[in-house]
Parts: sequence; C-alpha cells; structure tokens
Amino acid sequence: MLDKGNKERVVITGMGVICPMGHDVETMWSGMMTGKNGVGKTTIFDASTCPTTFSAEVKNYDMSKYTRKTQLHECGSRGSSFVVGAVSQACGQAGIDIETDEPSDGIERSRLGVYLGAGEGSVDNEAFFNSIANGWDGEKNEMDWGKWAETAFGQMSATCELEQESNMPVAHVTMVTGARGPTRSCLTACAASTQAIGEATNIIRRGDADVMIAGGAHSMIHPLGLMGFNRLTALSTRNDSPETASRPFSASRDGFVLGEGAAVVVLESLSSAEKRGAEIFAEVIGYGSSSDAFRVTDMHEDGRGAAQAIRSALSDAGISYKDVDYVNAHGTSTTENDSIETKAIKAVFKEEAKNTPVSSVKSMLGHLIGAAGAAELITCVLAIRDNTAPPTMNLHDKDGELDLDYVPNEPRKMQIDVAMNESFGFGGQNNVVIIKRYQE
Amino acid sequence: MSSARVVITGLGSISPVGNTSVEMWESLCAGKCGIDKITAFDPSGFSCKIAGEVDEFKVQKYLPKSERKAVKMMSRDIKLSVVAADEALRSSGLVTKGIDAENINVEPSRMAINFGAGLISCDLEELAPAVAASVSEGKFDVRKWGKEGVELVTPLWLLKYLPNMLACHVGIIHDIEGPSNTITCAEAAAQLAIGEASQIIARGDADVALAGGAEAKVNPLIMIRQCLLGRATSENNAEPESACRPYDADAKGAVFGEGAGVVVLENLEKATERGAKIYAEVAGIGQSNSINSAYEHLEADGKGVQIAIEKALADAEIVAADLDLIIPHGTGIAADDLAESRGIEAALGGAVSDVAVWPTKSMLSNTGAACGAIDVVAAVFAITEGKIPAAKNCDKKAEGCNLNIVTEEIKKEIRYVLCCSYTYGGQTAAIVLKRFED
Repeated sequence: MLDKGNKERVVITGMGVICPMGHDVETMWSGMMTGKNGVGKTTIFDASTCPTTFSAEVKNYDMSKYTRKTQLHECGSRGSSFVVGAVSQACGQAGIDIETDEPSDGIERSRLGVYLGAGEGSVDNEAFFNSIANGWDGEKNEMDWGKWAETAFGQMSATCELEQESNMPVAHVTMVTGARGPTRSCLTACAASTQAIGEATNIIRRGDADVMIAGGAHSMIHPLGLMGFNRLTALSTRNDSPETASRPFSASRDGFVLGEGAAVVVLESLSSAEKRGAEIFAEVIGYGSSSDAFRVTDMHEDGRGAAQAIRSALSDAGISYKDVDYVNAHGTSTTENDSIETKAIKAVFKEEAKNTPVSSVKSMLGHLIGAAGAAELITCVLAIRDNTAPPTMNLHDKDGELDLDYVPNEPRKMQIDVAMNESFGFGGQNNVVIIKRYQE
Repeated sequence: MSSARVVITGLGSISPVGNTSVEMWESLCAGKCGIDKITAFDPSGFSCKIAGEVDEFKVQKYLPKSERKAVKMMSRDIKLSVVAADEALRSSGLVTKGIDAENINVEPSRMAINFGAGLISCDLEELAPAVAASVSEGKFDVRKWGKEGVELVTPLWLLKYLPNMLACHVGIIHDIEGPSNTITCAEAAAQLAIGEASQIIARGDADVALAGGAEAKVNPLIMIRQCLLGRATSENNAEPESACRPYDADAKGAVFGEGAGVVVLENLEKATERGAKIYAEVAGIGQSNSINSAYEHLEADGKGVQIAIEKALADAEIVAADLDLIIPHGTGIAADDLAESRGIEAALGGAVSDVAVWPTKSMLSNTGAACGAIDVVAAVFAITEGKIPAAKNCDKKAEGCNLNIVTEEIKKEIRYVLCCSYTYGGQTAAIVLKRFED
C-alpha cells in the first residue's frame, strides 16, 4: 500500500548550521539579534576584477571540531565539509550517536534517513580551465578533444571530480551517522532545502522512517558560479558597500548576495522523540509545493505559484492565514523576487497581510542557495523559542509598492507560535514549510 | 486522509535503441545493442571510446510554437526529457497545454512533476572562447577571467545547466503547476523520483504526475570522470556490441550513454473515471543506501540494496517468491555487479534461484539519471506483453553471482516486477510494479 494512512506528528529535535554568520546556531542567531552580517570581500578566489567582488563566505571553518575522521571528508566539496559540521551539531543536540558502529541512541539505523537539498561542488578550477584553454583551437574555432583529454587526464583527480556530484553531501552524512533509511538529494535551486525538509516530513508521516536528517548544503562562490549569476544580473554589484548590499524589500535593492553554508534539522516522529525523551524544539505542521510553469527566467508576475505553495502549506497544516504569526520571507533582495513575493503574501493573507510581520534574514546571511531554506527554517524555530522576529536589515528606503511590515532594522519581541518559511527557486519551484510551538 | 492507489497510464522513452518506448521494446526483444563508437566528439584521446548515443532527433518537433524560442536555453539533458515527456503524455490520453491548448482535460494545479537529473556538464566548446580570453602566460588567469572572460559568456548560460531545468521546461511546456522536484541521486535518481511522485499522489497532493529522469552522458567531461574513476571499460573498444557485460565472468566495466524515461503516474480513481488505459500499478517503494568509504562502489555485501528491496516488498505486501521478474542495476562493473547480486540474493533468500533476472545495460548502456526510468518503462512492457527478452552478453555467469539471469526469451503472465538501482554515493532504490487488476 503506497499510503498507509499513518500520519505521525513530526517534530524538530536537533539543529545545526555552518554559515557566514557563525559555525553554530546560537552564534548565527545572536548575530541576527544585533544586526550583524556575514558579507565581505570574496577571498576564496581573486574576484577583484569580477562585476561583483564580494560574497558571504564561511570563514575559518575547522572540520576537525566536528569529526574524528577528517580524512574521510576532507576530499569533499565545501558543501560536503560544511554539512559534516552541521550534522554533527544537530545529532549532538538530538542525542544521535555519530561515527560509531554500535549506536546506543535507540534509533534503528534502517529507520534513520537523510534528505538534503544539496548543490554540486565546484569544478576543479585549475584543471577545468587549463584543459579547456589547452584544447581550444582558436583558428579553427573548435575544441581539439585529444589535446583537451591529455591535459584533463594529467590534471584532474578522480576523487575531486566525483565530489562535484550533488549527491555527495548525502554520502558524507550517511558515513557520519550510519543512516540506512530513505536517503535522497534534491536540487530545486534556491528552494531545495525547504523542499527536502517538506518531503522528509512526509517520509516520517508515511511511516517510512522515524528520524530524518534534513536540510541543505551548497557553495557557488567559485569562478563559474559567480560568473553565472553575474551574467544573469541576479547579484548585487554594490562593491563599495558589501555590508549593506543585501537589502531585501528596499527601493534601492539591486540583487542578492551570494553566500554558502550548510544547515540541517533533525526531524523525528513524535512517538520516537517521546520514547527517547528528546527535547522538542518545534513541530512541523505543514508543507506546500508548487510550480510557476511560467518562464525559466522569471517568476510569474502575479506570484501565482508562490501563492499556491503558501495556500497548500496552510491547508496541509489545517490552519488559516490568520493563525500565522511570522513569515520568514525568501526575500532575496532582487527587484523581482521581493516585489512578487509581497504580491503573493497579499493574495493569500488578504486583510491580515499588513499585520503579519515578514522579514528576510538574507539581509544578514546572504543567499545560501540550496542551503538557504534550511538555515532560514532554523531561524523560525528560534523566533518561536525566543518570541522574537529577526529583522530585515538595511531597509531604509521603502519601495512604495512594498508596504508589508518587514520588521525593518531591529528584531522585534512578539508572541510567535506559528512561523512560515518561504523558498522560491530559479525556474519556478515554490516551497513553503510551516512550524509551530510544540504543545502536547 | 487519502489512500489512493497509483497506476501508470503513460510511457515515454528515448534511448540508444530507439527514440520511442515502442521502438525500444522491440529492439530489446530483438537483442539489439545501442552501444557504438562515440560520434559526439573525437574520443581518440579517451581510454573508453564507446557509448550509447540516441539517434538524431529534433526537439522543435515536440514543442508548441510558443515554446520554440526556449530551445537555445536547453542543454541536451533537457531536450531528451522533453521528448520522453511528450510521448508519455500522448500515450496517456491526457491533454495538456503543450499537447493541444484548445482541448485541455487535466487540472494544472493537480499535476506534479518529479525528475531525476544528473550533474549536467556545460558545453565546454561554448565556454572555450571566454576561457581562452582569460589566459596569461599559458595558464588560466582568474583576474583576466573577471575582467574579460565573464562578459564573453552568453547571459543565460547558468540556466541551461541547472538540474531542475529539466522539470522546469517540461512543466512550462505542459503547464504543470503542482509540486515539482528534481532528484539528484545520479544513477538511482529516476527510481527515487518515481517513488516520491507515487507517494505525492498517494498522499493526495496531486492526481497526476510526470516522473522519470534524463541524462546526456556522452560529453567529454562526464566521460573522462568515469574513465578516471575506472568505471568505464577501457578494454572493449573494438567490440562495442559485446562491451558491456553485466554479471558476466568477463565483465570489464560500464559503458555510458544518454536517454530519458518518463511515466505518467495517476490516482487510480481519476484514471478509471476518465477511462484511461492502465498499463500497471505501482505497488511498493523501498529506499536505503550503501555505506562505503570507497563510495564510488557499492559495499561488498550489497546491504543497502538488500534493505531497499526488503522495504519495497513489504510495502507491496508480497514475498520474494511472488516476483516474476527483476530488472537490476547491473552495470558491467564486476565488483559492483557482485555486490548487487549479493544484496538481491540476501533479500530474496531461497527465491533467488527461481526469479528471472533481466539486466538491460548491455543493450541500453548506463544512462545515469535516466536508466532507472527506462528500466521501469521496459518493465511495464514486459508486464503488458507477457514477455521477458533474453539478456545480452551474460555468457558465463561471474563466480559468486547466483542470480537467475534470463538467457532465452520467456513468455508468461507477469504479475510482479521488481526494478532496482543504486548509485556511486550510495543511494539505493527499489520499486515493485504490479500487473493491473481491479
């Protein structure tokens, strides 16, 4: 039977993050409470001549703090190495044993799964570019594949090429945790990790796993990634003021700030969490997914797809828009997203739209692409815990049409029991997850 | 809550042995091999010079006029998925915007799409002028790249190579507005996508889903990765037809290829209501993973494969002896084939000597994120035609492999088929298909 009618409640029992604002959840959150940000000059490679010279990098990351087996993971992409740290934190918090053949945490490994919205690793820059340069026959205007192959065979390493595959972060997580349940990796651009968390929730609801480690990992801060986004004119080029470049919902916004990182939550069936006596941080109550089916280059003008995802998440949660206390926006700081996201929220929240605080932590974190949604869901959990909405920083000049309450520039103390996290991906995939303060 | 049964009401594929699913099935029955010398680029500098390429096709033929300008934003992976999706929808009788905008008979918001996609390699030749302009003293210079290279690249470059663009383009062409996902688990991706889409219908989040996978692996960068990993065969370049030998004592490695497979999944009630032809039922799904620090290979005992199969059988509420056919991953890499056969044997127990096993990659090649979906399409044909074609290139079973490989065509009623797949990186998938009975 494909549907077992088994509708387990799903709760969050652990969180972990490696991001531009810190290497753990509390550092990230306290930074947000003081309006710090993780944006600065790009140092991973020399981007000083690129149209955008800054990004939100993870700095001074030391994987050996999180794993005893660094040699297993140091070959990995930046995304893979970050996710090892995030998973180690999340498992520590949830009481899941890692790096052992004999776990004593009461979780059957075939009932422990992994679902990441994870991005591809960077190409091996030197080998990749030099082999193209050597193979290119400028006179004939074509590649000499023999010459290309000679350089490529000489310079590329098998492991480094394999590690570029998007399913490798999941492989590293299974090595850390010994997970043998459902394992999947998805990549729906900027919506990937929200989608991973939503689908993982459904895996537990269906009864196919008791515990799912879900989230995302990604880094596109490399010469090809930066070029790709710069050519799409999606990135801010405010090179003279990187710290204020990400300014979601502001009239002077000019694009997003490319970030990187990894974030995961431990999702668990309520019965498993109770059985283990695990601390419960929040309950996942709704998930909605939709597609724009409009254009690969643009969002649908009316925010049709975004609104549908929000409605379907509300319906899955069995609540009304009136019950949502706080919305964590996708809020990328691009002209298009922030305006269409505002329209979509208005379309669903109607008379409550202006009374519902909506903020974008990308103003501080930058845009972690595949990992963004998971990091932002974690901020929703903390918003509920501390009854505080994180701010949208750098919002000083309001765009006339954008007239929601964006929690400008300062965090706000307020009662938050239900929080909604929105993520919209390039090409039109929209994913929304709703969480709630846990009550028995 | 919903507890919908999920059935397959449409089939589409493009593969090295035929540009439609019907052609593919006929080729497989005739033992035709789609593997030959690479023509997409000059492979003389590569250790593996053979691949499974599809016959020439024009993607424009599968696009409504309004979408034809989108072709310039389509990598080959996307084009392959467009072709297979078109066939699948046409065979289902569903009329979408892309089939006939005047006679749409499906609700866009109740349609989902879920595709497996690979790590799409960019077209190196397209990128080369920008790279060549960024060279100082014979080496790539990232500062020149920023200053001069970047602006030589076509503005929409990135969008051609994002894996989610397969589902995006197909979703735009056919106006699919429900849940959309892209599974990036390499060679297990398509079956994981079909499994997830089935569950999306079962839980009531959609009535119809297009699911499958596509990948164009005949690309210099992708081929060289498989050569570097030692997965691609380097010894059989002179005899392409017999080069890929799953479970055979002489197996020397895999042969890679390109293709796409797509099925239309549908809520049984909805399919019955509209009088759709039902090809088969999705009876059970299982997933797990292999844990191996050398993760380009399966773990030696195939435990991840075993768990996925056991879960799929339990999900379908059957025992191993109920199976009439298994289409395994069997890719021609000796160590992996042996590990997979051990996993299958462990899951099947005593039934292993009876259940027919039919590997297909000897003819189809390993089409990466497409292969699992193409196998599902073939499995549905086996059910509807009551026939299991003979395996190719398994002349003498490898030592330790106790699978019952089909060496001669079998005609019989087929009720249950198990399809399974795994990938480097570890994810494993299993799907049980059932002959449709009311």
